Amino acid sequence: MITTGTATVTLPADDQILITREFDAPPALVWRAITEPDLVRQWWGAGMGEMTVCEIDLRVGGSWRYAQTAASHGQTVEFYGEYLELEEPSKVVNTEIFAPFPDSPSTCTATLTPSADGTRTTFANLVQHTTQEARDMHINSGMEVGMQRSYDALERTAVDLVN
Amino acid sequence: MARAATTTDAFNAIAEPSRRAIVDALGAGERPVNDLVAAVGLTQPQVSKHLRVLREAGVVDVRDEGRRRLYRLNPQALKDIHDWVSPFQRLWEERYAALDDVLAGLKDSTSTPQPQGDDQR
Repeated sequence: MITTGTATVTLPADDQILITREFDAPPALVWRAITEPDLVRQWWGAGMGEMTVCEIDLRVGGSWRYAQTAASHGQTVEFYGEYLELEEPSKVVNTEIFAPFPDSPSTCTATLTPSADGTRTTFANLVQHTTQEARDMHINSGMEVGMQRSYDALERTAVDLVN
Repeated sequence: MARAATTTDAFNAIAEPSRRAIVDALGAGERPVNDLVAAVGLTQPQVSKHLRVLREAGVVDVRDEGRRRLYRLNPQALKDIHDWVSPFQRLWEERYAALDDVLAGLKDSTSTPQPQGDDQR
């Protein structure tokens, strides 16, 4: 059963991005899905390319590193950071650096809030950038990925029409 | 990619928290200045100053009704902002749709009996 609903993205402040989404599973399972490498590999890439690195050293002060080969242009896209707070199964705080821009780290605070009956989870990820420019660059890079994705889909559709 | 430091652009206009509060207050519909003063907790001159910036950036429109000036949102300016954010939103939605599938699998594996006596972890 697939949870309905769309991830909402808002900009609560000049240097912040907030992504919120509900999942049809209790926080304990969402926690596993975001902290166990074998599970993260299954969703992080979102069909946009093979995830080549998924390292998670789940302890405060431990580091993480994700990399994937972008399906659209074949380049490696890499992110890494450090865990600052871990409160299973309700909160993860970590730094995140997009490899080409090591001087623009952001701090991500993910909170997992159970529904009243405990069977669903509201997952909120607040991305705190150091400057508005860094935040805008982040959004714009997302935009580019989204665009690439659209063109890929367009291309597949076109190829299907030809065959 | 950084935008010029001008308040004539909708993005910069709503970057200021008081102006976002005014935009929020106008989300409920058209309102006169006095209503907005009460809603956002600023003085009337401050609200008027912010409204002027929002008007210049095209975020709000104003019309006269008798002696009252009524302010309302201009949906086009907000659409521009939405359009800028939405590809990023799509990326996350795709990622989370894949996460939905992973969670469905985990729920199946934890809710059904384990005939082989597998470790529950």
